[in-house]
Amino acid sequence: MSAISLKVNGRVHNLDIDPATPLLYVLSDDLELRGPKFGCGLGQCGACTVIVKGQAIRSCITPVKSVEGAEVTTLEGLGTIEKPHPLQKAFIAEQAAQCGFCLNGVILTAKAFLDKNPKASEQEIQQAMSGVLCRCFTNVRMLRAIHRAGQEMAR
Amino acid sequence: MNMTSDARAALKRAGFSRRDFLKTSGALVVAFSVGAEKAAAQFGAPVPGSPSIGQLDSWIAIAADGTVTAYTGKEELGQGISTAQTQLIAEELSVPFDRVQLIMCDTALTPDQAYTAGSQSHPANFNRSNLAQAGATARETLLRMASERLGAPVDQLKAVDGVIGVKSDPSKKVTYGQLVGGKKFNLPLDANAKRKHPSEWTVLGKPVPRPDLPPLVTAQFEFVHNVRVPGMLHGRVVRPPAVGATLVSVDEDSIKDMPGLVKLVVKKNFVGVVAEKPWQAIQAATKLKATWTRGTGLPSQADFYERLRQQPARDALLVDSKDVEQKLAAAATVLKATYLHPYQMHGSVGSSCAVADVDGEKATLWSATQAVWYQKTTAAMVLGLKAENVHVIFRRGSGCYGLNGADTVTYDAALLSQAVGKPVRVQLTRKDEMAWENYGNAYVMDERAGLDSQGNIIAWDHESWVPALGNRPGTGTPGNVITGLLAGFQPQPFAPRTPAAAPTAYNNNSNGVPSYFAGAVGGMDHGTGKVKGERVLVHNVESPFWTGPLRSPARLQNTFAHECFMDELAARVKADPLDYRLRHLKDPRLIEVAKAAAKSAKWEARPSPNPARATRGVTAGRGLACVLYEGDNGYTAMVAEVEVHLDTGKVTVKRMVVANDVGPISNPNGLQNQIEGGALQGMSRALMEEVTWDDQKVTSVDWRTYHTLPLGFDIPKVEGVLLNRIDEEATGAGETSITLAAAAIGNAIFDATGARVRQIPFTPERVKAALAVRQGRALPSAL
Repeated sequence: MSAISLKVNGRVHNLDIDPATPLLYVLSDDLELRGPKFGCGLGQCGACTVIVKGQAIRSCITPVKSVEGAEVTTLEGLGTIEKPHPLQKAFIAEQAAQCGFCLNGVILTAKAFLDKNPKASEQEIQQAMSGVLCRCFTNVRMLRAIHRAGQEMAR
Repeated sequence: MNMTSDARAALKRAGFSRRDFLKTSGALVVAFSVGAEKAAAQFGAPVPGSPSIGQLDSWIAIAADGTVTAYTGKEELGQGISTAQTQLIAEELSVPFDRVQLIMCDTALTPDQAYTAGSQSHPANFNRSNLAQAGATARETLLRMASERLGAPVDQLKAVDGVIGVKSDPSKKVTYGQLVGGKKFNLPLDANAKRKHPSEWTVLGKPVPRPDLPPLVTAQFEFVHNVRVPGMLHGRVVRPPAVGATLVSVDEDSIKDMPGLVKLVVKKNFVGVVAEKPWQAIQAATKLKATWTRGTGLPSQADFYERLRQQPARDALLVDSKDVEQKLAAAATVLKATYLHPYQMHGSVGSSCAVADVDGEKATLWSATQAVWYQKTTAAMVLGLKAENVHVIFRRGSGCYGLNGADTVTYDAALLSQAVGKPVRVQLTRKDEMAWENYGNAYVMDERAGLDSQGNIIAWDHESWVPALGNRPGTGTPGNVITGLLAGFQPQPFAPRTPAAAPTAYNNNSNGVPSYFAGAVGGMDHGTGKVKGERVLVHNVESPFWTGPLRSPARLQNTFAHECFMDELAARVKADPLDYRLRHLKDPRLIEVAKAAAKSAKWEARPSPNPARATRGVTAGRGLACVLYEGDNGYTAMVAEVEVHLDTGKVTVKRMVVANDVGPISNPNGLQNQIEGGALQGMSRALMEEVTWDDQKVTSVDWRTYHTLPLGFDIPKVEGVLLNRIDEEATGAGETSITLAAAAIGNAIFDATGARVRQIPFTPERVKAALAVRQGRALPSAL
């Protein structure tokens, strides 16, 4: 155990924790956040995605110590029901979910990509999302929602 | 029936007699019980203690403020049924959508509607029984009460937004809250209560947005994975290293110094650890030294399909006109083909999770099970508690598409919680989920048909081999999933039986009977087609792996074979595949749905393969398939358009047009969502998905070894053609499009190339091999 300071969605948390603990468990269990989820524990599916330094990373294979001092953004940090982020708004507008378990990774991966590539084409968006899984196969709507959000974010 | 002594003792403790057990689970005894699930979903005897499905108060409560609470035994799995059920109640009661609160699947609150499965939520709750009839009964009751209160006849009253007023005098009115607020109705469901006709609907039938989306996209939504209980610990199970391996010993010292470790739990072959934090449980489980016997060994995957034909079988005949051989002998042309389908996974994106709080004689389980009441009775057996002391609360899991690990992980959490006397959360590892889930069945399917000199089908014979082991746990068989077996219970027994008895009732629940059959049983035609020389024989055999319902179980596999073979017959007589189907169909709704898909896809009438197809580079083609899902639960047809790269064998699906006739549409946006998801999931299964194994264990245990299409693949256009049949019964829509994807894509590959690929998945290697056969560069395989 060691003292680790973690900044998540703008709030600083001081934790006494095994520094090798994957970031996912700190977020979902110590901080009880509902965004990042365990899907595979292998960095293969994207369900655990968070954004650190503008990059979408897989929190299930990221030791908490490695992100100490950095700003971590989870799906909770994007927006609220009252004030949704353009991506969240677009997913509602397109009704782009079935079970919704993968949404965390889908939306955060899309955000990190669109922030850097505001004028991305549909093709480029597809490419960027090729490491994320939705096993309900809501692909059509999700890609449409990301494209729609991209257009709003670029404005 | 064979039961272990553990099972008998557990049943007794759980408050069941053996006789009750046989009575309630009798339908599950057959080796592969696709029919049982549906029967139970519609007619299963409710678990004792569940709210009576015949009583209005079991379904609807109205509070003093006019808020309506509806209770349902059909739960949200991601398919949108919570929105549709809320619309249904809002519609029948004439209250605003957002004034209805829906409680789903809680054994302390909701009626026992068996499973949420088999595309049965619409048939069960949207016609003239259960939730819909409760809504109609409540509305008529409220109108009668208002009539008395306001002194006006019912036909002079109108209900709007939870207020009943006199049409001629708007000042005379009374609210639902004033009429019944907080009190019980104390009435049975009225079978004669009239449902609103779909032409009057203002809420149902509309594309009402899903209320779960805002909390989902902002991470406020509570999945079962997010359930946190005060004092909760974290468990991790340790599964055997090979199929059939049993526990020899566990070295407790190997983890004794692990931080946060609370307990090592061993019960027969069930092994798990409990720790204060998840990471601690993971580390302890990884470090634990357990010795297991060698596995019982697995048959080689290379000749697995061929071996299935040689296993002892439990045979079933679905139809048998008894003249098939005779007609085949007399036919001008006879065609034969064998189709192969692999085991496939549910492969939920989130591995299965549950939270259990077993406190002495009582247990509370938060579970994503598809059957809370059956989880209650079977978890009681696993725990040795009385069923009445087990409370199961449904919480949504990751999309399951059938029997994923939701039931087994609930037993895991329950066993670990019982061992430590504290609440325990368990989430499976990716590998434990994938190596031990109840896979969708592998299939070997032989088709034979005889044509007359005009090319009409005069006889068709279908024979299949399907391996099965375990199933849904039902009311009393926890050994049907891995944790139950490890804890000492047995799966439902397998009893070979040959020859099959003659069919006494027509049941096409598995879509074993092709759409083109007359379906004659007991002197009556029940099928959707015209072919009278007909036989369907199913050989149920034992599986080395767990099996269970996977979205469109058996229906998808059978439809793949039937609809591809129909295409082969059409090609043989150089007929247009649509026209050839229509020649052999008689059900007008199936005919219409096939035409609707073809029309929307701008189907060009001509035989396959395309005479103008490219012979090098990339070639394109289109394929058609249609079916009446489960023989009575949703008409659907699909046109798939593909491109095939002739050098690499790579198949790219460009467009899928799906026509659907599922009765009156509850929510067109939700239906379209199901059609799109089903089509693409079906495409992923057709092109990529296959369980693999070595001589000891399953080797497809993560997303590198079990292949699936990711979010960003080159997705086809998916177009839904929604036929809204407002005067028909509501049927299921969750499994229609997926049932057709493999067949439509296979037919499109043939149209594009002239090569027939008869084995799923259509990998580039398989397509290339079929192309080589077509071009005379290789011999067809023995199959």
